Amino acid sequence: MRFVDEFRDPELAGVLGAEITALCEPGREYKIMEVCGGHTHTIYRYGVQDHLPDNIELVHGPGCPVCVIPMGRVDDGVAIAQRDDVILTCFGDMMRIPGGNGSFLDANAAGADIRMVYSPLDALRIARQNPDKQVVFYAIGFETTAPSTALTILRAKQEGITNFSIFCNHVTIIPAIKAILDSPDLRLDAFLGPGHVSTVIGCRPYDFIARQHGKPLVCAGFEPLDLLQSVYMIMKQFKEGRAEVENQYGRVVDWDGNPRALAVMNDVFALRPYFEWRGLGSIAHSALQLSSRYADFDAELRFEVPGVRVADPKACQCGEVLKGVLKPWECKVFGTACTPETPIGTCMVSSEGACAAYYNYGQYAKQRIHLEV
Amino acid sequence: MSWQITEEEVGDRIEKMRRRRPRFIDDRITMAHGAGGKASRALVEGLILPLYDNETLDQLGDAAPLQVGGVRMALTTDAFVVRPIVFPGGTIGELAVNGTVNDLAVSGARPAAMSAALILEEGLTAESLQEQVRAMAGAAERAGVAVTAGDTKVVERGRCDSMYIVTTGIGVIEHDVVLAPTQVRPGDKVLVSGTIGDHGVAILLARGELDIEADVRSDTQSLWPLVDAMISACGAGLHCMRDATRGGVATVLNEIALAAEVGVIIAEDRVPMLPEVIGAGEILGIDPLFVANEGKLVAFVAPEAADAALAAMQSHPAGAKASIIGEVREEPPGRVLSKTAFGGHRMIDMLVGDPLPRIC
Repeated sequence: MRFVDEFRDPELAGVLGAEITALCEPGREYKIMEVCGGHTHTIYRYGVQDHLPDNIELVHGPGCPVCVIPMGRVDDGVAIAQRDDVILTCFGDMMRIPGGNGSFLDANAAGADIRMVYSPLDALRIARQNPDKQVVFYAIGFETTAPSTALTILRAKQEGITNFSIFCNHVTIIPAIKAILDSPDLRLDAFLGPGHVSTVIGCRPYDFIARQHGKPLVCAGFEPLDLLQSVYMIMKQFKEGRAEVENQYGRVVDWDGNPRALAVMNDVFALRPYFEWRGLGSIAHSALQLSSRYADFDAELRFEVPGVRVADPKACQCGEVLKGVLKPWECKVFGTACTPETPIGTCMVSSEGACAAYYNYGQYAKQRIHLEV
Repeated sequence: MSWQITEEEVGDRIEKMRRRRPRFIDDRITMAHGAGGKASRALVEGLILPLYDNETLDQLGDAAPLQVGGVRMALTTDAFVVRPIVFPGGTIGELAVNGTVNDLAVSGARPAAMSAALILEEGLTAESLQEQVRAMAGAAERAGVAVTAGDTKVVERGRCDSMYIVTTGIGVIEHDVVLAPTQVRPGDKVLVSGTIGDHGVAILLARGELDIEADVRSDTQSLWPLVDAMISACGAGLHCMRDATRGGVATVLNEIALAAEVGVIIAEDRVPMLPEVIGAGEILGIDPLFVANEGKLVAFVAPEAADAALAAMQSHPAGAKASIIGEVREEPPGRVLSKTAFGGHRMIDMLVGDPLPRIC
């Protein structure tokens, strides 16, 4: 397919892999965190690690939007959906995420009306079509999806649609990276920056990672060659003794981000004082709620929700895995109590999570299997 | 660290868990139990099989082997709840006939007779019903089988979506070739009979919820003539076949790898796919390897018979785009690996989520 295959060329990958290997200092181990779950998917889908030398380890980060939703927030969604007059809508990958008392799929089986949509505008359409129902959009995601939620609110206000509201779980990426960097037992050397988030926020917000923490960050695209080139750029920084923010995804990401999207977000959202992240705990100023101007569309104000905090299970060591301190298999419950079918922690919840990825693919990721067929 | 366990031990533990019969731990049936992935496996193997306690059923073949008066036969049954009931390339009626015909065909049985039960929703137009019965009759004629028994039931409006169909088929096995996962061995070649993912993508687009337009048609068709030609061409070299319906080719490969205790290695760039299916998959984040087909089979063939099998398939319209996509290895047992077009490799596991409910 044109404009796609070019970014998946195995020969170019081989060349880049060799150049990356040449930049490695013998005996040194490099841990590079890909912040975004989309990158994790690309790494496993295309076998990117096969083109990297053994001493470069890619550590999967916190950027899987469904993984970081705490169980209490899932329960709140279920509580809203259990009302007879409510149609709850959400993205498809939210359906399986377990709360303290089952997932949205389970809630549907018990009689709730939770529907999968591909865009918040689809939720607004459902609201138009069902004027006698309350339609709630369960909003999740980083700065990537927040602008489309904001625009949907503006549209609803413009059209005077009153049976529509948002249960807002939008989170912001910088505080999460900060929380990881501030951990005393951090073992990461560099970051692959989240490309999609960066289309909105640009590259400047990452400056502190290079300046204060001395770690390189390269904003990376989502095709496998994007990732290899970004690793190459990081390794080049190490070789030349630099720690900077660089932009590999220049064909999409503007250094200053998308000012219009940011303006809409500033209008519609306000920062929450704090928000709980599954696996990482409570992080200050790390999530968005509707601003007072749009409070009419806030499902948390429109409906009574339990708002109960459900603690992460004690045995779960997702926090350590996310910081690169523990490898997934080193967690005490990994593969026994915690599996992709019955996940305990955030890293096992979505296939993009570090533990689920390792569970499904990890044992064979390092073997050089002869695959000529 | 106080936790003294090696990475290898953790790996062994995961493999043991994977092979264990899955447990059914849910309180209710959810849509995930119908998607053909791990949840469906837990439903069938964890809840249903233990209660029937029947060795033949435990085999979980596409059809059950029978012996009546010295004649080898095969029996299968299938339910169809696809929405919408008419879609590009086919209808629920054609699907209901071809689905059962194909379960018999890949078991090596010539379809001999079929029954059909129609569950109809109050308010369904006579015209729609006539259209579907006509479609079933036409598909049955093309497959060389007759619908010789049947039943109808009507339920209140809203209790089913237009119509559901259940078909049961009996086939006759007229050769000595044993087709079973136990026949699969290291060295066998893995073939698919054509482009994959067409049916699932056609249904998804036909629902009109995605604002994507592409000319993708369901591949629903009878596979018996193709299978007949393959048995003639390969004889005992043909070891096992499956039709790759719910869960797609990836699920079939995993089932065989687990049942035969072998590793399966495929090369991604050898798997035939329509550009439209690849494109829709890219946009929707769906891997065509996991998408349902309704007229494609996966075959495991002895290496010396592989070229004959491929030639026999390609000379038949239902297998014109057939391809050898990989081979069977001793290692890693129970696992499926793919060589990616990018020059790396990846594991292909069974489906966990539920990308496409009610596709057949």
